[in-house]
Amino acid sequence: MKANYLIAAALGALMVPGAAQAHRQWMLPSSTTLSGNDSWVTVDAAVSNDLFYFEHVPMRTDGIIVTEPDGTQGKIENAATGKYRSTFDVHLTKPGTYRIASVSTGVMGSYTLNGEVKRLPRGTTTANLAQAIPAGATNVQTAKAASRNEIFVTLGAPTTTVFKPTGTGIELAPMTHPNDLVSGEAATFQFLLDGKPAAGLKVTVIPGGIRYRDALGQMDLVTDASGKLSVTWPEPGLYWLNASTGGGREGGPGAGAPEAGGPGARPAPEGPATPPKDRASYITTLEVLAP
Amino acid sequence: MHKGIKLILGGGVALGGSGAAAQAETLNLTVNLPRLSVAEYHRPYVAIWLEKEGAAPRTLSVWYDFDKAKGEGAKWLRDIRQWWRVSGRSISFPADGISGATRAPGDNKIAFTTGKGPLGQLAPGNYTLVVEAAREVGGRELVRLPFSWPAKPGTVARAKGNSELGAISLTIVK
Repeated sequence: MKANYLIAAALGALMVPGAAQAHRQWMLPSSTTLSGNDSWVTVDAAVSNDLFYFEHVPMRTDGIIVTEPDGTQGKIENAATGKYRSTFDVHLTKPGTYRIASVSTGVMGSYTLNGEVKRLPRGTTTANLAQAIPAGATNVQTAKAASRNEIFVTLGAPTTTVFKPTGTGIELAPMTHPNDLVSGEAATFQFLLDGKPAAGLKVTVIPGGIRYRDALGQMDLVTDASGKLSVTWPEPGLYWLNASTGGGREGGPGAGAPEAGGPGARPAPEGPATPPKDRASYITTLEVLAP
Repeated sequence: MHKGIKLILGGGVALGGSGAAAQAETLNLTVNLPRLSVAEYHRPYVAIWLEKEGAAPRTLSVWYDFDKAKGEGAKWLRDIRQWWRVSGRSISFPADGISGATRAPGDNKIAFTTGKGPLGQLAPGNYTLVVEAAREVGGRELVRLPFSWPAKPGTVARAKGNSELGAISLTIVK
């Protein structure tokens, strides 16, 4: 029991850097559709309840990676972190689609040493896992966690080089390009989990502007057997999209992926501790234009 | 080999067109830009393009600040948003035969000739000529003029905007 609790705490800490479950992490670009040969986008990055208002804590910018349309690595410029948000710029000089991503992968878990349950330290990865477990440790339980928060911006016509999957965590494969969204039209996205179609993945889409309305307007979607889902945008604007698997998703704790067993899969109190499940989360911000 | 194919094709077009290809036709377009009494007025960016079902849209003309230093005027082309999506984003600017300066309020005339420049040859079918205007610190509007091809000389298509565009007329002449 105690071990489970510790694992849960470790998972929560690693899943979304700097974000508690109840809060939403997001990046908001000044534009997603740009013209000209040389342009800039400014991105606000924060963790908050209401979308997209910076009112809680800033998102860290040190792990943000820019991938240029030709696949080379770009950079963020003028990064600054304030009380409620971080902000940075990306200089767009190549035609096509850029990806701006904050990605983390790690391993969490616990072991028993001298009768005491210890959890793996932060920063444990598959590469250094062996060193993280001391000699004599027993009852070692580990799970992988991968989180990805990314946005896309396009100078000129949209391209797809940056969508080449890495094979780790949840990733988006554009059937409809995320920079080609128009209200009233249906968009189809495919989600991959560790490089394979993520069937039955729960995906939440929430329109921005929450502060000025009563209803959340949340759309709860589930991917089909091929990891695809379709969403028709009710109106132009910004949308926050979140998908996660392995527990702890938007909408409440424990509403995990629909794996066999359902609610009955919870560990029985008297039984031995169930190994923690691998977790993955995905966040993106989508701009939907008026027709 | 190539020359042979060209010759055969050329003959085919002349026959099938029953003389229509012998003389070019001209699409005379008048675009009225309304005079607006606003505190800050900038001439609108305007895109004119041709749509045909099952064919890629064809940009005919774009009026924008093409002569600004470092091509900065192109930054706002995406605000002509429907055109940007269907055609503009695939074009490199400035574009020969397409780019033009912004125009003043009033009636603006522009002509496109078949077989020449951005219009090229028109296959028979149903077309829509689209005019879209987007104004800095102002609004945006789009007007569509459907017509079918081939058209009798003297055919006129008219439409009218409500805010950013005034009366638009298309006259087809030989």
